[in-house]
Amino acid sequence: MAKLNIVQAINSALKNEMKRNSDVVLLGEDIGRDGGVFRVTEGLLEIFGPERVIDTPLAELGIIGSAIGMAAYGLKPVAEIQFMAFSYAGLEQIFSHAGRIRSRSRGRFTCPIVVRMPYGIGIKAPELHSESAEALFCHMPGIKVVVPSSPYNAKGLLTSALRDPDPVIFLEPSRLYRSIKTDVPDEDYAIPLGKAAIYQEGKDITVVAWGAMLHRAAEASAGFDAEIIDLMTLKPFDEEAILNSVRKTGRLVIAHEATRSGGLGAEIAALVAEEAVMHLKAPVIRVAGPEAVTPMAKLEDAYMPQIDRIRKAFATVMEF
Amino acid sequence: MYTLNAMPAIKTQKKAAEKEASVYSSALQIQLYTAMLRIRLFEEKIVALYPEQEMKCPVHLCIGQEAIAAGICANLEKRDYVFSNHRGHGHSLAKGAGMKPLMAEFYGKATGCSKGKGGSMHIVDVPNGLLGTSAIVGGGIPMAVGSALASKIRGEQSITAVFFGDGAFEEGAFYESFNFAALKRLPVIFVCENNFYATNSHQRARQFACKISSSAVAFDAPGVCIDGNDVLSAYKAGKDAAQRARNNGGPTLIEATTYRWKGHVGPDTDHEKGCRPKDELLEWVKKCPIGRFEKHLLETGILDANALIAITGEINSEVDDAVKFAKESPYPDVSELLTQVYSD
Repeated sequence: MAKLNIVQAINSALKNEMKRNSDVVLLGEDIGRDGGVFRVTEGLLEIFGPERVIDTPLAELGIIGSAIGMAAYGLKPVAEIQFMAFSYAGLEQIFSHAGRIRSRSRGRFTCPIVVRMPYGIGIKAPELHSESAEALFCHMPGIKVVVPSSPYNAKGLLTSALRDPDPVIFLEPSRLYRSIKTDVPDEDYAIPLGKAAIYQEGKDITVVAWGAMLHRAAEASAGFDAEIIDLMTLKPFDEEAILNSVRKTGRLVIAHEATRSGGLGAEIAALVAEEAVMHLKAPVIRVAGPEAVTPMAKLEDAYMPQIDRIRKAFATVMEF
Repeated sequence: MYTLNAMPAIKTQKKAAEKEASVYSSALQIQLYTAMLRIRLFEEKIVALYPEQEMKCPVHLCIGQEAIAAGICANLEKRDYVFSNHRGHGHSLAKGAGMKPLMAEFYGKATGCSKGKGGSMHIVDVPNGLLGTSAIVGGGIPMAVGSALASKIRGEQSITAVFFGDGAFEEGAFYESFNFAALKRLPVIFVCENNFYATNSHQRARQFACKISSSAVAFDAPGVCIDGNDVLSAYKAGKDAAQRARNNGGPTLIEATTYRWKGHVGPDTDHEKGCRPKDELLEWVKKCPIGRFEKHLLETGILDANALIAITGEINSEVDDAVKFAKESPYPDVSELLTQVYSD
């Protein structure tokens, strides 16, 4: 067991699965010789060669579309997109094809691709390098969306994604890439998709978060008896875990860095309104990013929901 | 009416094709003729039945363009793959799809090739290597490159052909995909069926150069422009491209000029709606790929009138059986709506 950061944990998951399954092939811009923008695929070219770690042209739609064709052929392609917003050029292939091939062919063939991309603010680069557009992907049928929050779950979740029969969008919180190290077993292990984890047990407030916001929410919970749910899979998300917790605490705060309107927090709040409204002791509060484009570094902290804003939400639901 | 730029090229190619014809076996020529006629009669039946309003999906017909699908696919094996577009009936039939599941699909029946949920634009036939058609113009091009890349990685012999139109040539997907295919010398054939119209816009209103095949130069790949209404030209171009693909020679761009007799969508002709000039259609009807080839087969004695009647009769019964099958098949259960979105 070694102490790894998220970059190393993802690299380890890729390496193990590539050894286990010769169909796993990586493709993306600069992922081979260079090891990728964040060096996630570093060293894999040397082990697996250029036929399985493929440097591609600068063409996001082409990368994702090629991955879909490779999957249709029977391989297990893993595409890397350099930053989440760069995937917008390839959304046509994800939305129009990856998510629909199973349905379109009535299961006769499938699209088990993984598209990895860093997301979220935290690397001091503005707007298109710092997007949190997870809700876009969650909205479309046929696609799974996964966000790890630690090196341990990054490896376990990616391993599951690499074995999943459906297309998985794997969002890697760039803010956390190298900021936390945890024990990560050398051998492969899978953390099931679709299941949330109770990051911290508590009695008074249910807090739902994922990725980098999970850690901020946990920090904000000092002095509150908060139950923090690490959602991990955003689509399809673990409804039971949220409802069970809300039935116990009677209070719900959702924290995400994405823009509030149309964000995933709205979906979670709506679920609780539909299924557990009688258990609520206070209105649901969403702590979310503002209706603005992610800014330059100086304003980054003001954009991402701060500890004091989350604490204020906790206090509000407790005092209601 | 329009004077189409491809015309002078067609004349010279026609002579070459006639010379070429003598080198092809009678069996092959009959196979090509039959493949075209199957597409034509299948689609003419759709035209005849569409007003009944039982076919519950938009249909994009390829009447007039049959030679390209027939000529190219005759060079493909069962193990090879085809990606196609919204106008994909011809490619599907030429690649080996059965008429029954296709026709049933248009009627939205559970026995359709996509169990009645994909319709005419989303045809899939995995055993015959038809990996998908879709409504997104250019959408299948990168997938075809991925399929070819996968074949190369696995060291297998399969090659991939992708059919798209002159409109898809304007999509970024084409350039991204062709570049990648050329870079990796992938076994893929890009077949651009240039029927000169994207819906109702003429190529000259959309493209400055109107030299689709020349774009291959930028990728240092072979690009050819052929008379797409000459099935032997299509066969020859497909043969060269397939050989190149199978011998690690990389991708080929084939631009095949042709004309769509029917409207962009539906069984009607465009001049009825004033979208395209009637004279233009009549000019192209004279160059009917099937009529031209039929004349050649009769003149060379490869087929006689009786044989033509027999072939037509056989295909017509196949079409009638498909319609009967489609009409008598059940609709999918409502529960199907929620299935096959995810693996579970």
